[in-house]
Amino acid sequence: MTKGWKLYDQRLAWVLVAPVLILLTLLLLLPIAMMTVYTFFTFVTAGVESAVLTFDNWKEFLTDSYYHGFLWKTVRVGAITAVICAILGYFPAYFIWATTFRHKWLLLLLLIVPFWISFTIRTFSWIHILGEQGLINVALIRLGVINEPLPMLYTEGAVIMGLLHFLLPYMILNVYVSLESIDRTLIAAARSMGCTSAQAFREVTLPLSMPGLGAGLLLCFVLAAGSYVTPQLLGGSRDALFGNLIYDTIMGQLNWPMGATLSIVLFVLLGAAAAAYSRYMGLSQIMKGLSA
Amino acid sequence: MKVTTTKRLERLNERYADGDISRRSFLTLTAAAAAATGLSMPWMGRALAAVSEVRFDGWGGVVQEAIDKYAFQPYTAKSKVKVVQGTFGDENEIITKIKTSKPGDFQIVHSSGVNYYIKYVNGGFNSEINEANIPNMANVLTAMIEPFRKITPKLSAVPYDYGTTGIAYNNKVISPEEAKEKGANLLTDKKYAGKIGGYADMTTRVWYAALQTKQDPNNIQDMDAIWAKVRETRDLAKKFWSSGAELMDLLSRNEIVVTDAWSGRVAALQQQGQPIGYLDPAGSYAWMEDMLVLKGSPMAECEELINFMLDPATSIAVAEGQNYPPSLDPTKVKLTDKIAALPAFDPTGSMKSLTFADPLYWAKNEDAWTKQWDRVSKGA
Repeated sequence: MTKGWKLYDQRLAWVLVAPVLILLTLLLLLPIAMMTVYTFFTFVTAGVESAVLTFDNWKEFLTDSYYHGFLWKTVRVGAITAVICAILGYFPAYFIWATTFRHKWLLLLLLIVPFWISFTIRTFSWIHILGEQGLINVALIRLGVINEPLPMLYTEGAVIMGLLHFLLPYMILNVYVSLESIDRTLIAAARSMGCTSAQAFREVTLPLSMPGLGAGLLLCFVLAAGSYVTPQLLGGSRDALFGNLIYDTIMGQLNWPMGATLSIVLFVLLGAAAAAYSRYMGLSQIMKGLSA
Repeated sequence: MKVTTTKRLERLNERYADGDISRRSFLTLTAAAAAATGLSMPWMGRALAAVSEVRFDGWGGVVQEAIDKYAFQPYTAKSKVKVVQGTFGDENEIITKIKTSKPGDFQIVHSSGVNYYIKYVNGGFNSEINEANIPNMANVLTAMIEPFRKITPKLSAVPYDYGTTGIAYNNKVISPEEAKEKGANLLTDKKYAGKIGGYADMTTRVWYAALQTKQDPNNIQDMDAIWAKVRETRDLAKKFWSSGAELMDLLSRNEIVVTDAWSGRVAALQQQGQPIGYLDPAGSYAWMEDMLVLKGSPMAECEELINFMLDPATSIAVAEGQNYPPSLDPTKVKLTDKIAALPAFDPTGSMKSLTFADPLYWAKNEDAWTKQWDRVSKGA
């Protein structure tokens, strides 16, 4: 008899959820609202703005191709990084899922080992790998492959490399979680009906792991497009992304109203990407990946 | 006559014992007194207690190490006031932090002279120093104090050291003769394309572009020519550095062979045995640094600390440690040979041999030029 029975008490649910709602309001919604209001403030001089409301900051953003160029570049670098992460990350995830190795947990542990070291230090380490006196150039010169050091550091390639290094574990974990949820008897059934291994992968495994791949793509794109430290450390001045533009506007020009405008633009862009993903795939897959 | 809390409570107890007040009234009044005492004591205690620490924010690296070793540690040993330290790579960064914090959170900043002083004043972050509490200011170069006094007659900062941003070069690749001959134009020499560096700072970039286009950096007439030169340097440069540590790293790892550079950091590299030469071309960018006291700071303790820092023995030790000449007047205080040998040192004390940025001229153009520099630096 389940008549009148409820899965949870509504009042208790509100009490339990209230602390999180209050925190989200104070630490997320309120700052975003304040930033939005700031976009309409008037810049007076470095570090000084007035509460005289104006659309000038939005007008500048909408009419200045400088900002559009960087927005496009940010989307491009984010997309390239996400796609490379997907290509490189799928196979390790597949291997971890498919292996009969008794200590599979060890492989998963290896995936999260990089997170034990500071992200900034990990990014700095690339300077000593890609630099003119770095590991690669020194090795190639000593082997006689090259005479002059290759210009690898402070390039867009170095930025993408740094982002890959940072984001690959997120992709692998997402794909792995998705693969784990596949009923293996489906693959066995496909094989018993005459599919080759490749056909079974193409017709069964790959389609069923698409939500994980999609979630990984979204996560990698959002994190890459919103990154600041990696382009700052590994990129040259031309390799800045939109996050660097925001930093320079707020911290360099001390122009908070314009910085707030650019921040809201990036927030809307990344929010739109997440919303589009949620509309077609559902965000629950990302949560699974993050909690793996 | 003032009645103490203890006396009041004793009288209250007496009245209760004598039956003048009810037990309820006695307990209510006692509780109120206890609550008032209990609630007031913590903050009153803190407010009345002597200041036990002062906050200082500086440029980090060898410069701050020298200040800490030769000024802060002896000061703490003497006064028992601890100096809590923070660092920044770009002074705009600390201005942003100050803006978002409450007065008193940040107290003393090792600031980059008059150009930045204006920003603090515009933002309303400046304090008013009581110069009578800093008797060692009598030894500070008048030529360094006056630009600050033009902005605020009552000072918020005391000049502490000065230096230049000259040309540093790898002398295994570039000879001193070549450096002297080419001067500022070394930064646009195609021969060193991909091995050139520079400070990622609008003032430095515009200043050197002015020298390269033979214009007066304090009265630039052709800004288009300036931005064209800045772009030229940008296209030839490997990396624009943004901190002293990054500058030293790029030079010592041979990532770059020529750059504009802070004189003290180059001196530090030379002392480490690095093959780095240094040249101040004609009109080289000279700057001064000051100890700026912010609004809301414990003024007496900050003034006492600054006075200690300006003590000739302390100031000389710091100067030798950080490789920047002190603000002490060499005609009043005998400085050491090591200081006399530092780049940018002016033995006359008049500072006429150095070219400083005109603060009012640069402040007028700062916003527009910084915005344009941000764009040019990113490829525009």
